[in-house]
Amino acid sequence: MRSAFARSIIALALLAAASVATAAEYATIRGGTFTSVLPADGKAADTRVAPFRLRVVPVTNGEFLTFAETHPEWRRDRVARIFAEPRYLESWAAPDALGDAVLPQQPVTNVSWFAAEAFCESEGARLPTWYEWELAAAADATRLDARSDPAWRERILAWYARPSNEPLAPVGGEPNVYGVRDLHGLVWEWVDDFNALLVSADNREQGDPDLLRFCGAGAATLQQRENYAVLMRIAMLSSLQARDTTANLGFRCAKPLERGIER
Amino acid sequence: MKRLMLVCVTAAALAAVAGCGPRSAGVDAALAAAAAGTGGSAKGDFGPPQGEPIHAVLTSPPMVPPPTNRHQPAKVIVELTVVEKEMPISEGVTYTFWTFGGTVPGSFIRVRQGDTVEFHLRNDPSSKMPHNIDLHGVTGPGGGAASSFTAPGHESQFTFKALNQGIYVYHCATAPVGMHVGNGMYGLILVEPPEGLPKVDHEYYVMQGDFYTVGKYREKGLQPFDMEKAIDEKPTYVLFNGAEGSLTGDKALAAKTGETVRLFVGNGGPNLVSSFHVIGEIFDRVQQEGGTHPQENVQTTLIPAGGAAIVEFHTEVPGSYVLVDHSIFRAFNKGALAILKVDGPEDKAIYSGKEVDAVYLGDRAEPNLKPVTTATRAAASGALTIEDQVEAGKVLFTGTCSVCHQANGQGLPGVFPPLARSDFIAADPKRTIGILLHGLSGKVTVNGKEYDSVMPPMTQLNDDEIANILTFVLNSWGNPGGRITTEDVAKARAEPAPAPAPAH
Repeated sequence: MRSAFARSIIALALLAAASVATAAEYATIRGGTFTSVLPADGKAADTRVAPFRLRVVPVTNGEFLTFAETHPEWRRDRVARIFAEPRYLESWAAPDALGDAVLPQQPVTNVSWFAAEAFCESEGARLPTWYEWELAAAADATRLDARSDPAWRERILAWYARPSNEPLAPVGGEPNVYGVRDLHGLVWEWVDDFNALLVSADNREQGDPDLLRFCGAGAATLQQRENYAVLMRIAMLSSLQARDTTANLGFRCAKPLERGIER
Repeated sequence: MKRLMLVCVTAAALAAVAGCGPRSAGVDAALAAAAAGTGGSAKGDFGPPQGEPIHAVLTSPPMVPPPTNRHQPAKVIVELTVVEKEMPISEGVTYTFWTFGGTVPGSFIRVRQGDTVEFHLRNDPSSKMPHNIDLHGVTGPGGGAASSFTAPGHESQFTFKALNQGIYVYHCATAPVGMHVGNGMYGLILVEPPEGLPKVDHEYYVMQGDFYTVGKYREKGLQPFDMEKAIDEKPTYVLFNGAEGSLTGDKALAAKTGETVRLFVGNGGPNLVSSFHVIGEIFDRVQQEGGTHPQENVQTTLIPAGGAAIVEFHTEVPGSYVLVDHSIFRAFNKGALAILKVDGPEDKAIYSGKEVDAVYLGDRAEPNLKPVTTATRAAASGALTIEDQVEAGKVLFTGTCSVCHQANGQGLPGVFPPLARSDFIAADPKRTIGILLHGLSGKVTVNGKEYDSVMPPMTQLNDDEIANILTFVLNSWGNPGGRITTEDVAKARAEPAPAPAPAH
């Protein structure tokens, strides 16, 4: 398996040269006070994100194949249907083989939230929360929060505008200021609290909890209206059930800081 | 017997007399409704669905499904799939459209008032985005949107009763709504009145929309959506049926003289209101905004964004009739132009027959722009020949230049200088590039005659198009030949514009 893996890497050398992250590299995200597009109180409150570590690249097909070998209950032919819909891992040639059309260095997609959570547990991690993901993704190559720069938004929108009939690129895009790659422009990513994003904790504050699902209502509570590019990710995540999978949806994991390296 | 039937038909038509044999509840309701207005949704429930469920026939634009021809309410199953796909928006220009049913506008849905519609919205597994649908023909919060929010590779189902008759827009209402609509996510649903619509010879489906691309009008390649332009309401394209040329040339709508044509005209927006007009026709009957009190003898009818109208007219004289948004720069500079071709014998008593098509049609009057496509491809592969350029230039010349300089290059004496056998061109062929880029005003002498008028800069033309037009001109009508390349034009464009001619 290793040598086949290596051959593929060589074939992809140009594309993937900078991207090999087989030992699940994690980068430290400093955290801090942060203005989310979804304020915690439904109005304007800043969000406090504790320092944490985030996987540098999304989980790949190669990594998930290894996981399915060591955790056969997550093979697509053995998984419990309540944990993964029938489309789970459907792009793979077989339950235990990727086949020629699926590359080990591509991000794994067609995975359910349950499967993603199980994978992260297997490497001593968990899925990031939305606020953690959003904080890390607000950065660009030089700034911790680049969201006010139209160029940051344009990059996201350019990905939305690309049709998704092409094979996914291998992981390993340009790193942001934390050293994290591919947060934008490759796949959607599961977050731990994906199904809690559009529902207010307090109905009296927000009125009808279904409001955000209606035409135009997204603008009603969205803090910064120009952040619709981020809202589209929230809309995508909110449309899902935990057993659902889609061809553009992958994940990465998060961990607490290791003791002693807190900044 | 014959006489009795006639009376019965007349009675039904006048909606005045009841009791002509067995009739359905629907016809009763229709007769009552016609006597006292339709009564709206309060009078739109004709009871539970009758008979087996029916699968709705969906059609791609410009076609319209056949009449339901039903007299009882039925359960109608509609299955609509959202597909995100790259399609041409203009010649050599593509766009990633988000569609209902694979087309822009989306599939046409036709039901009857009182029908119970079981709606299945599917989102193709290849989609990136979640989508939903808000049908303006639905009575209920969100018009179905809240019940139909659907992730890629999934399906939602909801059911509604079509209580109001009329022609209604449907659209995606997932945030940001404007972007989903701006990418082509709209279509029409017709809720027939219980008695159906009067029979006509042709029914067509036309829907306007405005599009916002990062590149300028006709800039080649895959063009991404531009949110800033959308917010500023400054579209790059204003189009009928989602692409420039979708209803012209080989794809023009067709009818014969002496026929009645019914157009279901919608406007998806997202921003602009349409001043819908057919050049050379008068609408005999318009159901403005789809309402039930028709207006007659209408020249131009307003179609709001998120609204629709039913327009009908009778054809008398053959020719090409041009559908436009009469906010007219949209028609000639942004693409809002379609053609209805009417065949049949001339009727000189009604119209003398001197056609003015050339002025109105623009380049889209050509059977097709195939030579332009060929030249674009050849240029991309580095195999562009002079012949390719001349062929492409000829088509483009017809659309852009022939209105003034005439199809034979002779110009109009005293107004528009000739291009044929022109000593002005022969003296310096390359200066023609600057004229197209920057326009030309003031006195020039061509073939011994002085001209003093204004030609505007042709800013809508890209470098390829200018090179092809000029190469065509240089190789036509006794001009000296030669070639202008895209690089020549690009170079000239990079240079500063010449100082304007002095006032005289």
